[in-house]
Amino acid sequence: MAGQVFAYITHKEGKADDSAVEMATAAGKIYPGAAVTAIVTGSGAGLDAVCNEAAKFYKEVWKFENEALAYPNAEAIRKLLVNVLPPDAVVILPHDTFGMDLGPGLSIKLDSVFISDVVGFEELAGDTLKVIRQEFSGQVSTHTTCDISAGAVINIRPGIFQAEEAGGVGGQVVDKSAEVGELAVGRRFLEIVAAEVGDVDITKEDVLVSVGRGIEDQDNIEIAEDLAEAMGAVVSCSRPIVDAKWLEKSRQVGTSGQTVKPKVYLALGISGSFQHLGGLKGNPFIVAVNKNPKAPIFQVADVGVVEDLLEFAPVLTEKIQESK
Amino acid sequence: MEILVCVKRVPDTAENEIEVAADGSDIERDDLVYSVNEWDNYAVEEAIQIVDKAGGSVTVVSVGDEDAEEVVRREMAMGANNGLLLSDDAFEGSDGKGIATLLKAAVEKGNYDLILTGAQADDGAGQVGGMLAAMLDVPYASVVNTIEVLDDKKLKVGREIEGGNQEMNEIDLPCVLSIQTGINEPRYVGIRGIRKVASVEIPVWGAPDLGLAADTVGAAGARVKRVDYFMPELGEGAEILEGSMEEVADKLIELLKAKGGIK
Repeated sequence: MAGQVFAYITHKEGKADDSAVEMATAAGKIYPGAAVTAIVTGSGAGLDAVCNEAAKFYKEVWKFENEALAYPNAEAIRKLLVNVLPPDAVVILPHDTFGMDLGPGLSIKLDSVFISDVVGFEELAGDTLKVIRQEFSGQVSTHTTCDISAGAVINIRPGIFQAEEAGGVGGQVVDKSAEVGELAVGRRFLEIVAAEVGDVDITKEDVLVSVGRGIEDQDNIEIAEDLAEAMGAVVSCSRPIVDAKWLEKSRQVGTSGQTVKPKVYLALGISGSFQHLGGLKGNPFIVAVNKNPKAPIFQVADVGVVEDLLEFAPVLTEKIQESK
Repeated sequence: MEILVCVKRVPDTAENEIEVAADGSDIERDDLVYSVNEWDNYAVEEAIQIVDKAGGSVTVVSVGDEDAEEVVRREMAMGANNGLLLSDDAFEGSDGKGIATLLKAAVEKGNYDLILTGAQADDGAGQVGGMLAAMLDVPYASVVNTIEVLDDKKLKVGREIEGGNQEMNEIDLPCVLSIQTGINEPRYVGIRGIRKVASVEIPVWGAPDLGLAADTVGAAGARVKRVDYFMPELGEGAEILEGSMEEVADKLIELLKAKGGIK
């Protein structure tokens, strides 16, 4: 068996991120029954609460308290991990904007393999770990193998490894703050700039008509607006629409945009990347309209329409108006 | 400011339906439309805009075969000053670390203040920029969506983090940044722009030029290997509504009404 398994716990305002449980679940899929160590770093109030929360899911929790770790700067945390981890450690991180910042460089410094955005674990045969990843925005999956004999950094996709049963491990918190070591960085955190508030709050809407790349042109946004008006809904969108500056950022559904909880979500020309679906909570009734029958959105939608939205949406709008 | 932008030629997912080849060894590559990775295109635009303000030059580098040269040339038509192609049979089958190793060798033959990559490409790994920075021992910031040049020693960069928030950082040069889409509006490249750079010589460097042992890159050096491709499991999947467009619309209206989707 390769090295000891560690999970880095991200946290905010004294609460561990959902990925804390998910990483414990993922570790169990690699090494059933393995003793996994959680790593919690930070400074000041709330840190102990996070450690105690982590101890529900991990046998051991290593606590590193240091002012230089007050904000989770990936460069400082990388230095810390290189200072304190055994060189053949298997490190699990969430594949969020923190894990993307930390994972690749950490693997270089530990001289171990890096496996990004894992959605499934197939088997561990000797030192060869076989995982499932996705490529092309989720349109195809791959089996990928890696040799973890010299350690590994494994980023897992958030929201995938839900725990069947979690908690009750009753782990032990070990204060290792004395071992932090040198943490000088070339990148210094300044501040968080909060998202701008737009003219509508899509997080409070029951029915969303959401547009993606399939809308093709700024002038076609009107098609979605007309449909939304007929339905009594509000228009939201996926990332490419905001990148193209066709709608405001406040209308974007996704991990880098808003998290919405509608009752009904009508996705027009949205392929359904995990970053987009990550912003969709509360188990809405999802209708997908997409001309590509293989679009990943059809895997998660309740109802699908394989048509070009530019042709279908106007027909739907007209029929709704007639039916009223 | 001397800027290097790392770009990749990829199948354009906006133009193609990606399908798995019959034997699962690859995706179906016949008739695919290729283009520059979308994230990389934003990175090149950002580099050009920085140089427009602060002076210097933009070099675009790609790892690949002669087809990748087209992509380098396209980015030069956008306004990048120099192109560079890293190409050798020995590079084929490189994993992310192999690509980063090649780029590191190329970086060390130049004198760059700033290195940009796209935040991710077709394989969705988002790994090369962070690896390259660690190999070069310079600071790194991922998913960058604003860059402000403070002086010739440091930048102020915004990272796009969860919830639409932005994390502001000060970062020392030289550094590596991975660029998020939406950071700017990449300029249109017309046929005239392409013609202007059509005959520009683009240097090609192989393993000997980079001083690399063949077993550190390519399939020989790869510790992460893709075994096969397969179609994702559909789970339950959507109930696909069948019929004419009018019939489908009628069915959908009933369903939407039942679920409270039409007020």
